[in-house]
Amino acid sequence: MKLSGHAVVIGEDVDTDMIIAGRYLRTKDRSVWAEHAFEDYDKTIAGKLKGSVIIAGKNVGCGSSREQAAAALKEAGVVAIVSPSFARIFFRNCVNLGLYVFETEVRNCKDGDFVTLDTGVPCAEVNGVFYGAKPLSKRMNDILNAGGLAEYLGEKQK
Amino acid sequence: MTAENSTLSERILGAPAGEYVDKKVDRAFAHDGTGIQALIALKGFKNQKIKDPGMISIIYDHIAPANNTTAANLQHELRDFSCSEGFSFYDVGCGICHQVMSEGLCLPGEIVVGADSHSCTMGALGAFATGVGATDMAGIWATGETWFKVPETIEINLSGELGGFSDPKDAALLYVKKLGMDGGTYKALEFTGEGAENMPVEGRLTLSNMAVETGAKAGLFYSDKKTQEYLSGFGKEAGRQAKQDCTYESSVEIDLSGIEPLLAVPDRVDNAVPVTKYSGTNLDEVFVGTCTNGRYEDLRRFAGIVKGKKVSVRTIVVPASRNVLLKALSGGLIEDIVKAGCTVCPPGCGPCLGAHMGVLGEGEVGLSTANRNFRNRMGVGAEYFLCSPSTAAASALKGEITSPEDIS
Repeated sequence: MKLSGHAVVIGEDVDTDMIIAGRYLRTKDRSVWAEHAFEDYDKTIAGKLKGSVIIAGKNVGCGSSREQAAAALKEAGVVAIVSPSFARIFFRNCVNLGLYVFETEVRNCKDGDFVTLDTGVPCAEVNGVFYGAKPLSKRMNDILNAGGLAEYLGEKQK
Repeated sequence: MTAENSTLSERILGAPAGEYVDKKVDRAFAHDGTGIQALIALKGFKNQKIKDPGMISIIYDHIAPANNTTAANLQHELRDFSCSEGFSFYDVGCGICHQVMSEGLCLPGEIVVGADSHSCTMGALGAFATGVGATDMAGIWATGETWFKVPETIEINLSGELGGFSDPKDAALLYVKKLGMDGGTYKALEFTGEGAENMPVEGRLTLSNMAVETGAKAGLFYSDKKTQEYLSGFGKEAGRQAKQDCTYESSVEIDLSGIEPLLAVPDRVDNAVPVTKYSGTNLDEVFVGTCTNGRYEDLRRFAGIVKGKKVSVRTIVVPASRNVLLKALSGGLIEDIVKAGCTVCPPGCGPCLGAHMGVLGEGEVGLSTANRNFRNRMGVGAEYFLCSPSTAAASALKGEITSPEDIS
């Protein structure tokens, strides 16, 4: 599958508190998380997330298990996250919510650059350069292709 | 299956590192924050039937008691659901989920999954314990199992014994510094050596707790005589786990006898320096508690230093569980702590996640025994250092960052 979007570039070790602060967790309203995404990292990012591909530095999503971090980005319209390395709980949460993840380092990318992604290969293309991503396990691919863990478990139980 | 020479994680998960396995989970738990999200996720499943309610615990700790109507309503909904489904339900005041689970609810060799990143704490008891998000937890509620990638293992070889005013927390800050915030990503840590054997279980819980601060999915000690004695205190019998010769991905050597009191400097958990480097830094708040350092032994160390003296900065002490609180009450620690001018709050996470009871104001500086000093976590515009209970006590007395070695 081909995906694409404009780049939103963030730094290294961006933790889940920065993606969605603890003070916004107690709600059932996902739009609150989307509205406040990255607030403690950079207040200007939330408005740029619709249709974006996040190009992150290493160890993105470290810290808390709060699934609201992945949910906030999905709700805000993020297409995929690209990073040289993901914190494992965040990585798994993204997959469980059907948010595509690409484990690779992208260089020379700035905010607004057009990013094309191929889930099959998998790879990312930015400014004419291709970056091969680490393949996901079969299970993770199955969950992502189903749209998330809820859908995957639903299929399994048919 | 696993070869003879396997790490503890490989033995518990029943496969060599790198393989994917589906495993029945022995214990699953969530708290007020993640439990309600798991319930919402479960409602999105076709099959919403709970596979095995007996293995599931719900423990209220994050905003406990509730601080507003929104939190109260969400807690009300999950409380109703948990009780109607027959989950083991631990309401406000029982304590932090990881501490409650470590008080006889999980045993060596078990697979324990919690909807909280610090679920790795129970690795101190020889369990494979790890954290997941809410949807994964809902999946475990529905199916009783989940998948794991069996991790490679990094050995943290401990020699010697902590001395003077150095606490297990100082050892934890040191290994996190050595590995870095992503040095353990996708790995298990295994704490070995004479230093691990010498360390009391309460200290082991502190070291395992912070494994996730290196990105690790678990941090394990071998169950030994000390583990058996600890669990027998909660009426549980536990087996021993003999260490086998095995190949670790890498090893980190730490001599406990050479460790001095340390601080993690804002905003990074892996930015540990000697306390003396920041001596004299003015403090607005000292906080002692959390799943890292809210246990009886932590309160004993803290009380031992403040007893008979007065703190000179607002100081908040939160026992990690009701058991800890009761033991500290009967041992006289709470009286010593309150007489020294500290505020004791009900068992739970307290201000650790920046939700209530001790959140810092803009520009304030705090000192905390918690496991994270991420930017804005414990108060927007504040900064806070992480330290041991002994350093917290010395610093609370002076109102500024102070090494416990400098308090006579």
